[in-house]
Amino acid sequence: MGMTLAEKIIARAAGQDTVRAGEIVTCRVDLAMIHDSGGPRRVKPVLERLGVKVWDNRKVVVISDHYVPAVDQQSAAILKLTREWVKDQEIESFYDQQGICHVVLPERGHLKPGMFVVGGDSHSPTGGAFGCYMFGVGATDMAGVLVTGETWIRVPETIRIDWTGSLPHGSSAKDMMLKLCATLGMDGGDYQAVEYTGGTIAGLSMTERMTMSNMAAELGAQAGLIAADDTTTDYIRAAGADPEEGTVLKGDDDAAYRVVHRFDASALGPQVAAPDSPANSGPVEEADETAIDQCYIGACTGAKLEDLRMAAEVLGGRKVASSTRLLIAPASTRVTAAAAADGTLAKLTEAGAILMPSGCGACAGYGAGVLAEGETCMASTARNFKGRMGARSSKVWLGSPYTVAATAVTGRVADPRPFLAENGR
Amino acid sequence: MSRVWKCGDNVDTDLLAPGAYMKGPIEDLAAHCLEAIDLDFAKQVRPGDVIVAGRNFGIGSSREQAAEVLVRLGVKAVIAKSFGGIFYRNAFNLGLLALVADAETEVEAGHELELDPASGTITNMSTGAQIAAEPVPEHLRRIVAAGGLVPYLEQRLEKRS
Ligand code: SF4
Repeated sequence: MGMTLAEKIIARAAGQDTVRAGEIVTCRVDLAMIHDSGGPRRVKPVLERLGVKVWDNRKVVVISDHYVPAVDQQSAAILKLTREWVKDQEIESFYDQQGICHVVLPERGHLKPGMFVVGGDSHSPTGGAFGCYMFGVGATDMAGVLVTGETWIRVPETIRIDWTGSLPHGSSAKDMMLKLCATLGMDGGDYQAVEYTGGTIAGLSMTERMTMSNMAAELGAQAGLIAADDTTTDYIRAAGADPEEGTVLKGDDDAAYRVVHRFDASALGPQVAAPDSPANSGPVEEADETAIDQCYIGACTGAKLEDLRMAAEVLGGRKVASSTRLLIAPASTRVTAAAAADGTLAKLTEAGAILMPSGCGACAGYGAGVLAEGETCMASTARNFKGRMGARSSKVWLGSPYTVAATAVTGRVADPRPFLAENGR
Repeated sequence: MSRVWKCGDNVDTDLLAPGAYMKGPIEDLAAHCLEAIDLDFAKQVRPGDVIVAGRNFGIGSSREQAAEVLVRLGVKAVIAKSFGGIFYRNAFNLGLLALVADAETEVEAGHELELDPASGTITNMSTGAQIAAEPVPEHLRRIVAAGGLVPYLEQRLEKRS
């Protein structure tokens, strides 16, 4: 019997010809990514206690994104510690306030197909969009990786999610993921590997594929894989890296999947998740037109260049309603630069959007843009757990950048399609 | 013996380690553990207590403080129908036992339990009932026995040198 994509990547990393789901193996790590929150401040004491340095300073990427820019003494101290540790460990790749880790990592050419990558963040499955096996771990697990260059893994089964049909205008990868969260539930991934296949996926851009892989975390999967193709290698080349340094792998036709779910993209309209779980998703037209205090376009999930363009398509020539506010934190400084160059940013700011620095910020309730008690937010982020973006009683809705923009225009949970249709006239 | 706390399905990492206190010291974070669903938990939990939960305990963020605050508060084990995968790894790495078992219907808050991770047996000392848990794989038991991944690595590095 053949092997799945996940099994092939893991077998390579484990130095074995084959592996089978359920087996526990030790893998060599090709790359480890850590950020300011779960990284140096947490792993430094461990490395000191063990009296060792990182196993390979060229295979560790450090990205400060959670507490940027510093808003108080505590966050400033965390960022300072991160810089000092990077210097001390002679880490070659350090991105200080350049954007959110999951976006910066591929943007700067660090991901190549076939790699086995560990990230110190739960949205690390994002790397799966590049045909890498990338998954998130906590800080102590990461310290183990940094010391040994290895980690253990239970070879996952693969849950295949096959999408066919082309997305209608106004729908996006985010809507596909909210649909999956509602249908499969937050444990639908069961800490196995999800692999997205089918014509819809093949037609998605890299940034949209990243949204798919990113939110595999919301399905409870360990990884969210998409086999590499020309779209992948073109992106990597454009990022200034050589895709040939990786290995393009595909699952065998006779590989064993736990289950194959099939979805039709052509029938999919915009989805929104009501508070307090991404699984509370449904079609936007069926949601209550709840008044929204804050609209947020941000996060690794929903503030890449394409996401900002979606928002601009709705907002261009319109104004943010006076009853709400729209905060936009582009996912990286490169995204900001590109959106400035192509006129996207101007459309957003002319509509009344408030532009914020690139970073996690309000998404995790760590930085600027958090919510007061009782406030509601419509966000392009990945998760809307109770109190995530601020006060305990605050509520978060999730939607695509189109939907967040439409909500900003009306001040209530809104369907973006009428605005897009008006534009078309 | 361990006294039981119950907390239902989908206890996420933001409930265990609320973002607003993530910058500060772990004691402060621990004092706010689960406050959004139970204001008394952090105040009243005692060393050796056990949490019995439903599905998806620890889903969400990779922040291992979600497991660390429980260790801080003296919680000895979490028994759940299923766990967020990252939380499950984090728990063992920090020396917190995570047992997969459908125990909710067999235990009430305040009951006393005895746990045997190797065989996967939970005994409810208050009712006499036996509950089957998934046996914990040997390599994870070795990590917990060492007190977590760091002391485990310490032992490994010592052996090497
Ligand atoms: S933007 Fe939000 S989801 Fe993405 S890494 Fe930052 S905190 Fe996590």
